[in-house]
Formats: sequence, structure tokens, C-alpha cells
Amino acid sequence: MSPVIPIQLDGGCGDAPVLRERGQREVFCGLTGIIWLHRKMQDAFFLVVGSRTCAHLIQSAAGVMIFAEPRFATAILDERDLAGLADAQDELDRVVQRLLERRPDIRMLFLVGSCPSEVIKLDLSRAASRLNQRFMPQVRVLNYSGSGIETTFTQGEDACLAALVPVLPVQPPQAEPELLIVGALADVVEDQFSRLFQAMGLKRYAFFPARNASALPAVGPQTRYLLAQPFLGDTAKALESRGARRVASPFPLGAEGSAAWMHAAGAAMGLSAVAVDQAIAPARQRAETALAAHRVTLVGKRIFFFPDSQLELPLARFLARELGMELSEVGTPYLHRQHLAEELAWLPAGTQLSEGQDVEKQLDRCRAARPDVVVCGLGLANPLEAEGFTTKWSIELVFTPIQGFEQAGDLAGLFTRPLTRRQLLAA
Amino acid sequence: MQLTLWTYEGPPHVGAMRIATAMREVHYVLHAPQGDTYADLLFTMIERRAERPPVTYTTFQARDLGGDTAQLFKDAAREAYARFKPQALLVGASCTAELIQDDPGGLTQALNLPIPVIPLELPAYQRKENWGAAETLYQLVRTLAVKPTQARVKGESKPRCNLLGPTALGFRHRDDVREIRQLLEQIGVEINVVAPLDATPADLARLADADFNVVLYPEVAHQAASWLSRNFRQPATKTIPIGAVATREFIREVAALAGLDPVLAAAQAQSRSPWYSRSVDANYLTGKRVFVFGDASHAIAAARVAAIELGFKVVGLGTYSREFAREVREAATQYGIEALISDDYLEVEAAISAAGPELVLGTQMERHIAKRLGLPCAVISAPVHVQDFPARYSPQMGFEGANVLFDTWVHPLMMGLEEHLIGMFRGDFEFHEDAAPSHLGGPARAAQPAVAPALIELPPADSTDKQVGPAAADLPRLAAAWAPDAEKELRKIPFFVRGKARRNTEAYALSKSVPVITIETLYDAKAHFSR
Repeated sequence: MSPVIPIQLDGGCGDAPVLRERGQREVFCGLTGIIWLHRKMQDAFFLVVGSRTCAHLIQSAAGVMIFAEPRFATAILDERDLAGLADAQDELDRVVQRLLERRPDIRMLFLVGSCPSEVIKLDLSRAASRLNQRFMPQVRVLNYSGSGIETTFTQGEDACLAALVPVLPVQPPQAEPELLIVGALADVVEDQFSRLFQAMGLKRYAFFPARNASALPAVGPQTRYLLAQPFLGDTAKALESRGARRVASPFPLGAEGSAAWMHAAGAAMGLSAVAVDQAIAPARQRAETALAAHRVTLVGKRIFFFPDSQLELPLARFLARELGMELSEVGTPYLHRQHLAEELAWLPAGTQLSEGQDVEKQLDRCRAARPDVVVCGLGLANPLEAEGFTTKWSIELVFTPIQGFEQAGDLAGLFTRPLTRRQLLAA
Repeated sequence: MQLTLWTYEGPPHVGAMRIATAMREVHYVLHAPQGDTYADLLFTMIERRAERPPVTYTTFQARDLGGDTAQLFKDAAREAYARFKPQALLVGASCTAELIQDDPGGLTQALNLPIPVIPLELPAYQRKENWGAAETLYQLVRTLAVKPTQARVKGESKPRCNLLGPTALGFRHRDDVREIRQLLEQIGVEINVVAPLDATPADLARLADADFNVVLYPEVAHQAASWLSRNFRQPATKTIPIGAVATREFIREVAALAGLDPVLAAAQAQSRSPWYSRSVDANYLTGKRVFVFGDASHAIAAARVAAIELGFKVVGLGTYSREFAREVREAATQYGIEALISDDYLEVEAAISAAGPELVLGTQMERHIAKRLGLPCAVISAPVHVQDFPARYSPQMGFEGANVLFDTWVHPLMMGLEEHLIGMFRGDFEFHEDAAPSHLGGPARAAQPAVAPALIELPPADSTDKQVGPAAADLPRLAAAWAPDAEKELRKIPFFVRGKARRNTEAYALSKSVPVITIETLYDAKAHFSR
């Protein structure tokens, strides 16, 4: 394996035209982010201020998880709240009071804005600062918007983390440079990355969000941050406003992506490429072995991505480069050119990229392209299966640990399984 | 503002989607922000539908709000019509669009579409899913049903009826329709239209060709049925045919409406569940305490089946359907209890804990409450999860429905014979009361050693004197301690009533200020409470 990141000669998709569409979007809103964020931040509670629809959405998305005394809830607006704004603020205080009495173990409370609360311009930031005065230091109250009118699915995490950035402790000015890994990762992935960092000789690093609200990492001009997820535009901006600088890298999906990401981390912290290579070699070898088995099934297969999480580009890059899949169309709800520059460069030239959605037209394109695998949401998956397509439902890619070397095989497996299943059932 | 961990019903536009999805040749254009398309997956995943619900969303975003969301709606409606060519178009707003006050009805009128357009006013901040479904069906029927030029002459042909109420995402609606259709055809009644499930707008137009209506689910169909009875003089059935007894009543009611011989009709009745209930194995079901919660119709019907067909004791009855609170309250008085009308799951949980049932009949939520409380449970009503849209035939209604109910409700309980054996071999190392029912799987736990726990915090000898002193008031009122022999005696009481015996004895000891519970106290308490 080479210590240098191989750059394709064809120039990738750096300045490829992107099909921008507007119309009906078949996507989740940012509230859905709560479902994995509350698992990550163990002493945080998420209170959505919204309608019955919001409560119903989270319930539907959370499935069975909702019943184990969850750390999220909805304050449902009713007619009385719509009648006058002052009233709504009092009501919110009452609800929060009741909630915190019920859950004294909570250290951080997020007031999460929704479409209804945004449209009636219910000032949640004022509510948060008022409640802060009342409940600090036991509970810190923050607010962000997870509304559908402002955020798409994973952007809810971006909004949440961006709201957290201003309250991160200040790094002392003469502090040693520190690497901040940004984006919620499964605990198992985080632990693997930690072990690799230590093997590389990287000592000063932290993960954001942290598992506990009380253990927030410090940030300052010495901070270098490395994104672990592609959907963190606002968080990045907020970190930069506090002096932190971004480390550019592809995202840690697949053996190649993870290696490049580790190299970027090492280079940013002044480690030699050789040291990084040595540290990651066994894991990378394992990942490549694991991928080889899946390559047999996937090579030459055509895949079509409906927009969902902004993970589509890195996933497409991984599937194309490491598993030999052909990209039919890669849709993303939002394309952050700067953060995805390295990914775009790695995508095969001529890949059809699309940003935004007009779902009926996109379905027409999908039907015309007859891909072997379609990555889409659960609202489309069964109907497409019924039309004879093989689908991979995209939400699983957000909930399953897929980053890093040890998960590369599992990630490929998520795409081989529906194909294998179709084959088995046909036999 | 209401603090909600979760909700029994969705917003009213989801009710409208249930009607639109149930029907064919209908399309629903919903003014809604990006994200509200989540509701699609209720239909494609929970009900496993093979096609997308016939709903077009405008999915407006923040940047659209400054501009012309009304234009966005008009474009969406026009494109939806052009693409899907439905026979009728439903238009409406979700909760957020209700706030921005575009007028879907007026905007669509302006498009001059060549099909009926039905605007839906669904107040999202007051009403919920079932109300939305009922209102949508009502509006569809009002708009589409045509008064016949000639009134039907009774006796000219076979009596004919409509089946009203089955929707998409309805708990066992698919199989209930099949069961009731078969039952009605068996007694000589023709089915005119089933609506909304699988009906087209053209089908709704000929609703008036029936002599009467069969209302399967009042939550959805009551409003439409009463409109039909006012305008087309179609009487409607009132009995919900859940359970063998209710099914026989239902047949009598239908026979009366259809002008058929009720005796002949009832003679067709056959079901295994009444015999199963009489068989000696079911003796053990006698007086089992059952808590019932669900939508109003299913809860009332289930309570009745539980009480008169299975011989359970109904210790709790409640619903989240506020629209039918009166009916549920009325039903509850028959069992000498107060109905619980609430959509707050914490309240339901508290009521279940307080009632101390041995079986919970409820929704998906009660299933989880019961799991937490370690109680057997069966699902009788929506909301339900994917496993309650089964592949196999499993109606709730009619005689096959009664069979399904018997199996479903008895299954989570200990089988009679098994319970008897455990009574006989109590304390046996493999076959003891802490073992899980064999048919429910799970690893067998070893019997607890029969040693009575050591006494903890035995009050000092002079405590009786202190109890009357002022200091006693400051002490928390703790349950009295159990003497070892009393604890041993308690373990001889069958485990399914032991919890109650323990609570009663402790309450008794507390009320009599008995510091240590002895065998005497145990039997004093038993005598006290058996009065």
C-alpha cells in the first residue's frame, strides 16, 4: 500500500455540472437527528416544541426505542399557544419545569425548534437563556432548529452541534495544538479511532459531541478540527468563528477513505506519514480483505442514490473505487463543495450528481436507468421493490456504525445483502 | 402546551392520508413543509404497502416562505393532476401550512380541474388522526354520493348494504372486511360498496344504491353514515361484531334491517370460541383481572368479550378517543368502574399499576407498559406496529374473529393445565412459579431458595410506645416488616394472587399499626378484606 493518497488522473468530479432540482422532496426533517444524538449524549434531553405531527414523526422514526423512558419528548402546541406569544413562553416554562422534576439526572436540555414553532416565531433562544438563568448550573438549556423548513435529516445534528459550539470551554492561548474529531460516531467506532490515534503517537485529540454534556472539549486558535461526517457545514463555521481550523480530508468510509482520513489527522498534528502507515497497516489490511469478498458481488453493478443524508457522495466514492460499482446517479439533499472537495476529486469523472429533489422526476430517471441497486428512504423502498428494483434503505447507513477500517466490510455488506437476498429468493 | 413522550394518534392529515391511501383513483395534495413525507413510511413499512400513498406534498422550505407558497401549492396540484389523473382530488394543509394560511381549496378551484376537488379543513391543533379520517370520508361521501333518481323498492332484489369504515393503516381492517362480507353474503345480504378501502370515487357515487349501511368502525364512519341516513334514509348498524355474542347480535340487527328472518340468520352462527371458553381448561380464566385500553369501539367490544365470553373481571376500561368518551363511560359503569379517558400514556401506566390486572388488553403502548410491569398483554387496537399487520388471516370481527381473540388473549396467560401443575409442584426445582410459561420461551430461572429473607429494619421493641408520640408523625409510613414464618406462609399462596395478598396485608398492618406481620396478621388481613 502506498503512503500517498492516490489521485485519479481523470480529475474526478471537481467541477462537474450538478443537476439542481426543486419540487417534492421525500426526506426527513432535522428532528430525526434526535434519535441518534440522544444515544450519544447520555445526559442530554431533547424537547421538541412543535405539533402533534412532530411527536408522531419522532415516534415513527424511533420505532421501538421510544418506550424505554426516552430522553426526548414533544411539547405539543395547541390553540391556546397560537393565540398569543407571551402565553406560549409561560407554557414552555411550565413544561420544562415538569420535565426537569421528572428527570433530575438531565444535565443539558435542548429546546428543539420545529416548523410550527419557527413559523409562529416562538423565540426559543430567549426561552433558553431565561431557563438557563433559572436552572444553571444543574442544567444548561440550549436551543436549535430541527424544522423541516430549515433542515434535512442529518442537518439536525449540524444545527445541534453548532448550538453547542459557543458553550465549549476556551482553550488556553498557549495550549498545545489539539485535534477535534467532529460528528457523532458510534461508540465502537470512536474507540477504534482512539486506539489508532494512540498507536500513531497522536496524544491530544477529543471527540465532539462528547458522551457527556459535562465533559465538553475546549476550543481555540490551537484547535484543528477534522470532520467525521459530511453534513456539518454550520458546525464547521461556528468552530472557525472560535479560531479552529479545518483539516481537509475525504470521509472515513472504506479502507481507502479511512486511511486518507487517518493520514490527514496525522499530518495535521505533525506526525510522519510512515508512523501513520505503520499504525494503521494491520487494520487497513483487515479492511481490504473484508472488502474483497463483497467486491465479487458488487463489481460492475449500477447504483442509484436518492438524496437523504449527505453521506451519498462519500458512499458513492467508496462503492465506485473500492468495490467497482458503477454510479448511475448520486443525489444529495445539499452539496457542500468545500467540505466535499476531496470526495468530488475521487469520484469517477462524468458521474451524474444531483442536489435537491423533485421526487417524481427523479423516480422517472431511476426507472429509465434501471440500476441494480437503489439507495432510498423507507417511503420509496417497498414501492420500488414492488416495481422490481433492488433497494437499500438509506436510514440504516446513518444508524449503523459504518466508519473506519473495521466497519468497511460491514458497510459493503449493507449493499450486498439486498442483492444476495434477491438472488436467494428467486432461486 | 402538552408534554408528550408519545402519542396514540397522529395529526388529522394522517387520518386523511389513511382514507386517500385506502381508496383508488383519489389523490391528495397536501400543503406541508419538507419532512412531513415521513408519514409515507407508515404505509409502506408498517402496512407494507407495495405502492406509495397517493399523496403529493408541496414540501416548502424556509426560503419559500418569503415568496409565494400559494403558487407552490397550485403548481403541485396541477402537476399531481397531470401525472396521476385521479377521479377526485383531496386538498388540504398540514399543521405548519395551516399557520401560513394559504387556502388550498380556493387555490385549487382557480385551477379549474375537470374533476371534483374536495378541500379538507383539518384543525391540526385541536383534532387528531381518527377525526381527520372521519371528516375526510364524510366530505368525500357528501361530495360524491348521488341521490338515486329512483328509490330502491324493498323486496325487489336481494337486500343490499354498504360496508363503511375500513381504511389503510387500520388494525385488522383487511381481514375484518373479508370476514364480514362472507358473513353477510352467507345470510343473503349483498354488498353494494365497501368504503373507503379499495373504493373509487365512482363507487362512492353509488352508495345510495344500498338499503342500509354497516358501520364497522364508528371512529371513521360514524359521521358519513349519519349523513347518509339523514339524506338517503339509509339506516346504519350500531353493533360492532367483535366477539361471538356481538356477532350474533349483529346478525340479528342486520337481519332486521334487511327484512330477513332473524332466527334463520342466527342459525348459521358457528364458532369454536364459545366451546373453548366452556372447556374445563378455561376454568382458570374465571375472574382474571383484565385492564382494557384502546380506541373506543375496540375497547368497549373487548371489555364485553372479556366479561361475558371469557369470564374475566374487567378492572379497567379506557380510551384515547375523546370523540367517543361518553360511550366508553357508559360501558364502564356496567363493570362498576370509572372509565379512563386520556391520551397521556403516563396516566394509562399509572392506572394499570393501580388496578393490578393479570392481563392487559391494549395498543402497542400498553404492550410496552405491560412489559415493563411484567404483565401478560395482548393487542386489541391501533396504534400497532408492523407485527400486527400479519400475513396470515386474522380478523377481529365475526366468528373467525372470535376464535382469533380467544387464542390471542389466552396465549399470553399461563395455560390452565400448566398453572395447575405449577400449583401442585410448587417449589419444584424445574417447575416453579418463577419459571416463565413454557410456550413463551425464554430461559428457565432457578427457583429462589425457599429461605425467608432476614428481617430488615425490625422496629425496636419500644416502638409501639413511640408510635403514639409526636415523633411518629415525622417517620415515613413504612410497610411493616414480615416475620419469617409469615413470609413462608405467604409463599404458599398461589403466586398469581400473592402480590395482592402481600399488598393487602401490608395495608392492613399499616392501618392497624402492626410493626411485624405474623401469620396471625396475614390471616386477619385475609378475613378483613374478604368481607
